[in-house]
Amino acid sequence: MIPPRLEEVLSDLALLADRQERIDYLIALGQEFVNPGPDEVPRTPENRVPGCESEAYVTKRDGQIKIAVDNPQGISAMAMAAILMQSLPGEDPASIQEVPEDIVYRIFGNELSMGKSMGLTGMVRMVKALAVG
Amino acid sequence: MSEIAERGYAKPEALVSTQWVADHRDAPGVVIVESNEDPLLYSSGHIPGAVEVDWIRDLNDPVVRDYLKEQKFAALMSRIGATADSTVVFYGDKNNWWACYAAWVFHLFGHTNCKIMDGGRLKWQKEGREMTRQVPHPNPTDYPAKPRDDGAIRAFRDQVLAHVAKQGKLIDVRSPEEFTGERLHMEAYPNEGALRGGHIPGARSVPWAKAIHPEDGTFLDADELRNLYEGKAGLSSADDVIVYCRIGERSSHTWFVLHYLLGYPNVRNYDGSWTEWGNLVGAPIER
Repeated sequence: MIPPRLEEVLSDLALLADRQERIDYLIALGQEFVNPGPDEVPRTPENRVPGCESEAYVTKRDGQIKIAVDNPQGISAMAMAAILMQSLPGEDPASIQEVPEDIVYRIFGNELSMGKSMGLTGMVRMVKALAVG
Repeated sequence: MSEIAERGYAKPEALVSTQWVADHRDAPGVVIVESNEDPLLYSSGHIPGAVEVDWIRDLNDPVVRDYLKEQKFAALMSRIGATADSTVVFYGDKNNWWACYAAWVFHLFGHTNCKIMDGGRLKWQKEGREMTRQVPHPNPTDYPAKPRDDGAIRAFRDQVLAHVAKQGKLIDVRSPEEFTGERLHMEAYPNEGALRGGHIPGARSVPWAKAIHPEDGTFLDADELRNLYEGKAGLSSADDVIVYCRIGERSSHTWFVLHYLLGYPNVRNYDGSWTEWGNLVGAPIER
């Protein structure tokens, strides 16, 4: 079962039939994202999301997943990080494993380039891997 | 970075600075176009007065794998307020990767009065220049629909096969991992993938982003570019060159560099690129 707060985001997006409304919704999420500092998420090579050109980092500290996005132009990465950070804290690792592989497609639709999709999917995969690590 | 006019480019008028755009963005006959990879970026803020041209929705046919047709292009130009005489200035994310792609498609329709803003969106933002979320609504124009001319700057599969047979010059602008065949595609997006990895026989690897300064996205000067494409990749300006990547977008950036900044007269972009070649039965491949 998909974590309930993530399901809510998907339901909200499903209600937005207009493309611009979806874009504005995702931009608002991205702008809400609070980028953790290096103390919380060390910018180390092992924490860096492979393939994500928005300089995203994921780590696990005290049992909690943390995501950082350093590229100021990485608005989609910030939106993705915001969705994950709003949806997953408090969820058990098994629930986080239920985040579907096609979540990036379901959130952003088919307009993302392959490179962008790869980076965001890499973020989701890293979160899932760390959740059980 | 030095002034554009001092960099030794063959056609320096094809490149403008952020300051030029700041000074001319409201000038009659100038249309500023933002074209990005990230579909959220334009709506999150752009140069005041800039319109958006989206590489998927605006430039590609929704059904056939091809670019839009002449009537659709005329409608696009009308929507963005461009006339046949307009100077269209492109900028965007990813060091102008998509901006060059859009400019290349505009060239297919004969709209060659195009410029690229050096450094793209990143440089404009880093300089703290004004941005807005207000979307302009230009007065529609009566843009004349002209047939697309694919002959001069676009290469098709059979032409590439003939080019390989005569050992013509090819530049593969993908990453080294794609060039060697190590990387094929991502699991969730096989529509941009290929069944085989490697490169077109005879191609030389020059990843597209080598042509820019990573810190601010501006283009290298002409001597540095010549060192890259002529010194290391063995090109000369007399060559008939075909450039390619995965779907023809990154290679548009290299097309712009070779044709405008170095002045090569014969450069074609093979937009079928690796998604076609790597899936083509019997196509020769090197690793």
